[in-house]
Amino acid sequence: MIYADNAATTKMSEAAIKTMVSLIEDTYGNPSSLYTFGQKAKEVLEQARADVAAAIGAEDAREILFTSGGSEADNQAIISAAKAGEAKGKKHIISTKFEHHAVLHTLNKLEKEGFEITLLDVHEDGLVRPEELEKAIREDTALVTVMYANNEIGTIQPIREIGAICRAHGVIFHTDAVQAVGHIKVNVIDDNIDMLSASGHKFHGPKGTGFLYAKKGIRLLNLIEGGAQERGRRAGTENVPGIAAMATALKESVDNLENYSNTLTPVRDKIIAGLNEIPHSAINGDLSRRVPSNINFCFEGIEGESLLLLLDDKGIAASSGSACTSGSLDPSHVLLAIGRVHDVAHGSLRLSIGEDITDEDADYIITSVKEVVTYLRGFSPVWRDLEAGKVQHIL
Amino acid sequence: MALYSEKVMDHFRNPRNVGVLEDANGVGTVGNAKCGDIMKMYLKIEDDIVKDVKFETFGCGSAIASSSMATELIKGKPVEEARKLTNKAVAEALDGLPDYKMHCSVLAQEAIEAALKDYEEKQ
Repeated sequence: MIYADNAATTKMSEAAIKTMVSLIEDTYGNPSSLYTFGQKAKEVLEQARADVAAAIGAEDAREILFTSGGSEADNQAIISAAKAGEAKGKKHIISTKFEHHAVLHTLNKLEKEGFEITLLDVHEDGLVRPEELEKAIREDTALVTVMYANNEIGTIQPIREIGAICRAHGVIFHTDAVQAVGHIKVNVIDDNIDMLSASGHKFHGPKGTGFLYAKKGIRLLNLIEGGAQERGRRAGTENVPGIAAMATALKESVDNLENYSNTLTPVRDKIIAGLNEIPHSAINGDLSRRVPSNINFCFEGIEGESLLLLLDDKGIAASSGSACTSGSLDPSHVLLAIGRVHDVAHGSLRLSIGEDITDEDADYIITSVKEVVTYLRGFSPVWRDLEAGKVQHIL
Repeated sequence: MALYSEKVMDHFRNPRNVGVLEDANGVGTVGNAKCGDIMKMYLKIEDDIVKDVKFETFGCGSAIASSSMATELIKGKPVEEARKLTNKAVAEALDGLPDYKMHCSVLAQEAIEAALKDYEEKQ
């Protein structure tokens, strides 16, 4: 199998598995227990916190809060900043149209509670314009939340500029960096970030792990009440083996960033060039401001789910933004946000490659996608109408 | 557990009666590209019998499988029988569809109904 769905989840690294298994076997104590065996687990936990802080350039390990993943971190960050704003009479939040649902659905909830939400346009290239953000900031803006890299089209946002603008206006800036951390250089100080969410399983750590960075001085609200774990900001016995394995994987990924980019970028660009040869197809998202792993295309005249099933038959695991794969009638909100019409957005393919990909794999992916698209177009009434000139080609 | 039954996957991978019927005397198209499913059904009816049938589908795996199965169920059958084809029969013949994919079998039924209507209007 060629696994090309690393934006969905990644394989755990060997070092992370080793860390996790050894802790499960030997260091199963509760970090809240006072005896030596419990305190040993506490040491592991705090070392992981220091390692995670260092990996994203945080000044103080206490700024790292461990969560169950990116979604929880997003929820906690946004709700905390919203409630802090509300206490000062600020009930306006700025975000973008193509955030992850963990952000958008949280914002929907706040909107129902009386918050006003402004969603910035991300334009055809899938990039936020900092000047548009600055214009949207108001006296009552409590929070700006903009994702670091988009999960579907991989575009990298101008985070540093956005952060600088927020700082100049005294607005809290949160970024969902789930697709960025461990994949591109992220530094919370240099990037002017106040809060950042990340997920362990997106960078070869275990599922069910993640963290929220919250700069000193930002008050967090609890989503889970109970014991005093995580300095009273998240109750529940810590997932020590998972957290330590996540820290191991993150350290490994961050140390390897240059090599990762140098390995993946040429393969990514080769696949993009190959798929571009398919008539009436188009890449989604800016070509250069893009994570090294992401390839996302729309093909006219076909539907994404059938494309995925046939690629699966050929041993390629990928994903799509079609409605059929989302379980709703609407295709991906990300593709709609960059201006793809419904008809075309249904025919999308996302490949998110990993470091194990070879040049031969890239050739095989290109050939296979070409074959499957041609085959499906062969009995697509939409394609027939397009080719007969009854309907105008869009791509 | 797999997303679809073996039957669905078989009809998806090897669709029966796929393509265009040049001498069709009843053609029906249902669905729209906006929602991600379009089915086009071509019928050739002679002496009140569905002599031949072909389909073209833009859609997901279950949409393609539903079209394929629907053509099998009506090919060679009297028009009256074809008219009575239900989406439930299509789904059952496929050993079931996931709940959120049942609309694909509805589309197959509607495509045949539309093609029969077109045939009748031409008579």
